[in-house]
Amino acid sequence: MTPDLFRILPEVVLTLAGVLVMLADSSLPQQADRRPLGWLAALGVTAALGASLWQGSLPSGTAFYGSVQTDAFSTFFHVLICGIVLAAILLSIDALPEGQHHRGEYFALMVFGAVGMCLLTSAVELLVVFIALEISSISTYVLAGYRKDTAKGPESAMKYFLLGSFATAFLLYGIAMIFGATGTTKIPEIAALLPAARSHTLVLLAFALMMVGVLFKVSAAPFHVWTPDVYEGAPTPVVALMSTAPKVAAFALLVRLLYGAFPLLHALWMPLLWIVAVLSMTVGNLAALRQQNAKRMLAYSSIAHAGYLLAALAGSGTEPIAAIAFYTAAYAAMNVGIFGLMSLVAGTSERRSTIADYRGVLAESPLAGGLMLLFLISLIGIPFTGGFFAKFYSFSTAMQGGATWLALIGLLNSGIAAAYYLRFAMAVVQPKNGKTAPEGRWSVATVVAIFAAGGTTLALGIAPGWVLHMASTAAQSFSLLH
Amino acid sequence: MHLVLFFIFALFALAGAANLLLQKHPINSALSLIVVMSSLAVLYLLLGAEFLAMAQVIVYAGAIMVLFTFVVMLLNEGREEKTWGSSAARVVGFPAVVALLAVLASAILRAGRHYGTVSLSDGITTTQDLSRVLFRDLLLPFELTSVLILIAILGAVALARKDDGNA
Repeated sequence: MTPDLFRILPEVVLTLAGVLVMLADSSLPQQADRRPLGWLAALGVTAALGASLWQGSLPSGTAFYGSVQTDAFSTFFHVLICGIVLAAILLSIDALPEGQHHRGEYFALMVFGAVGMCLLTSAVELLVVFIALEISSISTYVLAGYRKDTAKGPESAMKYFLLGSFATAFLLYGIAMIFGATGTTKIPEIAALLPAARSHTLVLLAFALMMVGVLFKVSAAPFHVWTPDVYEGAPTPVVALMSTAPKVAAFALLVRLLYGAFPLLHALWMPLLWIVAVLSMTVGNLAALRQQNAKRMLAYSSIAHAGYLLAALAGSGTEPIAAIAFYTAAYAAMNVGIFGLMSLVAGTSERRSTIADYRGVLAESPLAGGLMLLFLISLIGIPFTGGFFAKFYSFSTAMQGGATWLALIGLLNSGIAAAYYLRFAMAVVQPKNGKTAPEGRWSVATVVAIFAAGGTTLALGIAPGWVLHMASTAAQSFSLLH
Repeated sequence: MHLVLFFIFALFALAGAANLLLQKHPINSALSLIVVMSSLAVLYLLLGAEFLAMAQVIVYAGAIMVLFTFVVMLLNEGREEKTWGSSAARVVGFPAVVALLAVLASAILRAGRHYGTVSLSDGITTTQDLSRVLFRDLLLPFELTSVLILIAILGAVALARKDDGNA
């Protein structure tokens, strides 16, 4: 019998770390350097990462009266999310501008946000899901608004907050409806009670409302409109976090809902998600082609990647879960990497904004330029990178499920995507045009974060076996599927 | 008797909600929200959920609305301005709302046939029962809300405090 507390150990560690950062922040003198707080936060997240890994050795089971469930699936996503948050904190330590205030709060918010994101992947009670989603969202809303000196910062936070709350309301309405239809808010019980549900229409309605909420969080079309504006206004290290960690958590939630609560509606949600996948890929890529601003372009690219991810759901059995788990890991590594490098070469004042501004990066700093090319190659999906293998896995899963045309649309879209990634890559390679941009400082923290992202991207492309094995073990948690 | 009361207060709630949207001045909207909240409390009471009704009055109609009106008065916001966007939102928004309402209403009406009547307070009548649900079955979400509130306070401080360093 495992004590209940062990099942939420990473979250407990993260909460304690967040509180410690807050206390340390207020005990430091006003003018003191806040960087040690970043290291403290990083230490806390590392401890949570260790706790998550240790959780993997526990037998899977539930705790707190069936509110949370730890299994191979939750462990996989816990480790991934802790890794992303750790990298984002390391990227932020030296990237926050000199006069930036509330640095202590910044790190505390990142750590607390991780509590919500981690819990989203292990929650099997919809009320816990809702509160975890709110914790993760509110911390990202605030972090998005940290560039208060520009007009875009508050705009970004405000838009994200209003639209995000609206989307969460949909999810909550859906939860209320499913409670009305089945009389429970526990995911396994919902699956068990669905056949006996008093009204099929109510179940469908609840499902649709919940999907709106979750698909908003993964920024899948047609719920994607907030993405470019929010990414453009937020500080780049925060974009590295919020384009990956909350989305990874939301994908985990999506899988829990689809395969944990609504496997019976499989025939119904499959075509629905095909449409969303095709829309996300196409809308994301076509819009990205026309962008001049580098962050906006990558925002649209992340919408397209959400589409590639959803395409995997066309597969049969538990294979899509493994494909999604693998894809989120590869996507997180390359996105954290590219945004980390952008934060580095654009400097704290974010002087580089358009793609043309990135001209001459390779000549200025061969290391930064070279790594940037690596991440762009991975985003395109060229072999020997994580991006290639993730895409390959996702599309082949879709084809095994009989959705060859979906894989074809995906391949076509990858071709379109190559055009704008190459435009960015060309800018990086080209000689600079006159004015020299200040180069960011390669500090220990940045080096660790970016090299970890680069290493993961390469490892997932060259030797994906180990992660692949983890992903399929994670998928086995849903073996109840018919 | 219940039916009559239900219709009266349902009408109040609807009228309050409509007024909230139509009023141009924020304070009028906030006051209409009180009408909505209080009418909902009566509806809960009619359904037999006494505790929920009391909580609704104290928390929503009381505490939250006081905060709302305070903030509106402190900020001293004027009338709402009309922009091109707001009229576009009106043109697109109203049909969208009607469509959503139609879908929801038809689904609920169709579902309604399958239901008997139930009193909300069937299972949970005393504070003891309520506490058992709150502090046993839902202990984790209950504790989690403390993290949620902490993060909201932290965020408000980080966003609202001036950046000049000595605030």
